Amino acid sequence: MNREKLVERILLICALSAIFVIFLIIMFLFKEGLPILKKEGLSFIFGRFWEPSKNIFGALPFIIGSLSVTFLALLIAVPLGLFCAIFLSEIAPGWAESLLRPVIELLAGIPSIVYGMFGLIIIVRAIKVSIGLPTGESVLAGGIVLALMILPIIISISEDSINAVPRAYKEGSLALGATHWQTIRNVIIPSASSGILASVILSMGRAIGETMAVVLVLGNVEMIPRSIFNPAEALTSVILLEMGETPVGGTHYQALFAIGILLFVIVMLLNTASILIRRRMR
Amino acid sequence: MNVYKEEKIMKTLLWGSALFTVFILIAILSFLIIKGAGALSIDFLTKIPTDSGEKGGIFPAILGTLYLVTIAVLTAAPLGIGGAIYLVEFQREGIITKIIRFGADTLNGVPSIIFGLFGFAFLVYYLKLGVCILSGGLTLGFMILPTVLRTSEEALRAVPRGDKEGSYALGATKLQTIRNIVLPQSFSGIVTGIILGIGRAAGETAPIIFTAAILNPVLPKSVFDPTMTLPTHLYNLVSEATPDKLLNAYGTALVLVMIILITTYSALLLRRYFTRNIRR
Repeated sequence: MNREKLVERILLICALSAIFVIFLIIMFLFKEGLPILKKEGLSFIFGRFWEPSKNIFGALPFIIGSLSVTFLALLIAVPLGLFCAIFLSEIAPGWAESLLRPVIELLAGIPSIVYGMFGLIIIVRAIKVSIGLPTGESVLAGGIVLALMILPIIISISEDSINAVPRAYKEGSLALGATHWQTIRNVIIPSASSGILASVILSMGRAIGETMAVVLVLGNVEMIPRSIFNPAEALTSVILLEMGETPVGGTHYQALFAIGILLFVIVMLLNTASILIRRRMR
Repeated sequence: MNVYKEEKIMKTLLWGSALFTVFILIAILSFLIIKGAGALSIDFLTKIPTDSGEKGGIFPAILGTLYLVTIAVLTAAPLGIGGAIYLVEFQREGIITKIIRFGADTLNGVPSIIFGLFGFAFLVYYLKLGVCILSGGLTLGFMILPTVLRTSEEALRAVPRGDKEGSYALGATKLQTIRNIVLPQSFSGIVTGIILGIGRAAGETAPIIFTAAILNPVLPKSVFDPTMTLPTHLYNLVSEATPDKLLNAYGTALVLVMIILITTYSALLLRRYFTRNIRR
């Protein structure tokens, strides 16, 4: 075999490595987690109680915990992020843009454990004092911390799609006598809506998969939260908190991998949807 | 009149949201600096922690994070750069490139705690590597592989077609062209991707907490030993929050964030330099 062919083979193997890793991840998650999912069936997903010591595994409290924190985070971060993206692409003067851009990249670089720490020391305490809760660890605290974390993703992808709106649309609207804001509201945002949707879905996947920031501020109570002022526990937190204390191969161990499967499937569906939307945009 | 009022209000809101974003970063950084600067000292950086982190420094954790990141880069860089060269130089746009790119994007979206589960089940348990630097480093390497692959791909694609064709016209083979023309020109772009990967790997907690980390301040002797790391040490200090531990936690967080922000920022500068060069 000549040298070029050999190199090509090696490079092909490198290129396929990402797919190979994905395949291994799926294989090992299902190998460990599928038996208990099969045995418990839907009661694993809809069961309201999680008591590993009694072999009762219902993940509903964690599913609701994860979803409620995520939706709250989106509620806060989407308007803020969208406004920032519009600011960057439409009205920011040069100096403001060159200030804001590195800020966003640095926010994206701060590790999640530091966001969690900031949330625990500042946000949890602020909630406790201002609302007068016995403890500030709550869905609300988790939602705020996650909102800060997903803000950079929402800004950067929304901005890409706003920048992709053809200049002529905007000029046409302005030429018809619309003000800048009317143009933004009636022309630019609707034209960029699929990209904005893609950024929202992608950041939803990030938020559901986030571990370290939520585990510190949610309070980690295995109950379904009744309001945003209640503590809760996320799917990711259960795995993090309980992996250390369970023997390998036991039912509890398998149940944690089953939670991993739930998490993986939810996040993969969201990511794929986001990728497809963005691809169709192009 | 109403329209102009609305225009004014909305523009104020747009400015306000941008200012608020800047404020968030300032709040987080000043929180870390105000609370953490008091803990920083030469001893803090060079001593071993005592009294389960209440006193002493964080030297083993800094060292451990350094080891893990090194192994992660040694894993992700050859695979990512090799894969990118294949995508750009050896394969025409088509179903295969789509599959490879889809795989990278999918891997990029996998939550970090899932990497932790996978690393434990596959590397620690199935391959019997045990909880050690190698297991944690490989797990982190898999995690940053998509970042390295996609940024390298971008950098390789930015090499002008004419330069490659010139090389071929002079009789160079494909491998010679890649080595002498393509790689040197895309070097800074590829390095940017690796630095971004380093920044991400250094701060991750969930993938290494079951695969590499221990609480004991023992210096590892080889890659088959477990180690302390900055993020896991920080997590332990914060979750047990006694006042002494918290002070050291602020210090640890400040060191971690400084390492990450310096690497991220240098990647940004490098990228700016690199895109400017292309435009020329």
